[in-house]
Amino acid sequence: MNISWYIVLSALLFTIGAIGILIRRSPMVILLCLELMLNAGNLALVAFSREVGNGQGQVFALVVMVVAACEVVVGLGLIVAIFRRKLPLDVDDLRELRG
Amino acid sequence: MEAVIFFLAAIGAVVGAIGVVASRNPFYSVLALVAHLFSLAVLFLLLTAAFVAAAQVVVYAGAVMVLYVFVVAYVGSTHEPTFDPIPGQRLFTFLLAFFLFVEISAAVLSSALKALGTHGPDVPAGFGNPAAIGNLLLEEFLVPFEASSVLLLIAAVGAIVLANRKRQAGGGATPSGRPFGAECPEGITPPPAPRSGDPVVSSGHSSAAGASGGQHGIPALAKQNPGSAQ
Repeated sequence: MNISWYIVLSALLFTIGAIGILIRRSPMVILLCLELMLNAGNLALVAFSREVGNGQGQVFALVVMVVAACEVVVGLGLIVAIFRRKLPLDVDDLRELRG
Repeated sequence: MEAVIFFLAAIGAVVGAIGVVASRNPFYSVLALVAHLFSLAVLFLLLTAAFVAAAQVVVYAGAVMVLYVFVVAYVGSTHEPTFDPIPGQRLFTFLLAFFLFVEISAAVLSSALKALGTHGPDVPAGFGNPAAIGNLLLEEFLVPFEASSVLLLIAAVGAIVLANRKRQAGGGATPSGRPFGAECPEGITPPPAPRSGDPVVSSGHSSAAGASGGQHGIPALAKQNPGSAQ
């Protein structure tokens, strides 16, 4: 398979993740859609690594995985804290910072 | 054969991604994301990235998704309203997504990268296996490797601090009895929680002190608390 197929698939997955972030309002689902976008980036990184022919892109993808895991842990901690305070889990209601 | 596997995995990845976005129940979203991650691992294997594929399955689909399942089971499914808060939001979303897809694809495919239309160069037999990745991590990318380990440590500590149940002063205070931010700073004794059996004078005094104590933390959160507790 040509590398460009992987790149187009990665762009499609990134777009689906962006749609999810824009139309969903539950913070949990928004985090899941962020995962989709990060994984699309990972796929592009690994595809470019194969295209160039060295493994540096794969190391980059591994670091992206680490950062994604950290983001998930902190985000889920925030969701649990929001839930404990009995606030609504809806990003349209949690907009105190919007001013 | 490779093309067949690619298209099967690609269809699985796209269907999983659409399932994440379209499911009403967050639990089904998580399951769809697991299917999506497995499909992506197959794609990584096709790209001769064996170690990244294994890490994808073990770390992502194994550990991170278990965390998601725990939180979804703890929080429960939320009721998302189906109307658009901004008129025409969905239409604009799909328009923007379409243009984003076209733009990314055009930008990448029209670039000067000549190897995009090929399988990529021939790589040695051990390309992307754990030994090669380990050599790269410990020789060429040692500083990012250590920095990511420190980042993981910080994230773990931060998650514990965020999700920790607040210390309940006085004991016996129910989670709903004391709003968030009501912990007193050091040096000031916390007011006793109002009890039903207390005399009238002290009960009124302590509840007033508790209310004023609840306002110095995060007023907006404390203000919303009684209304949303229904």
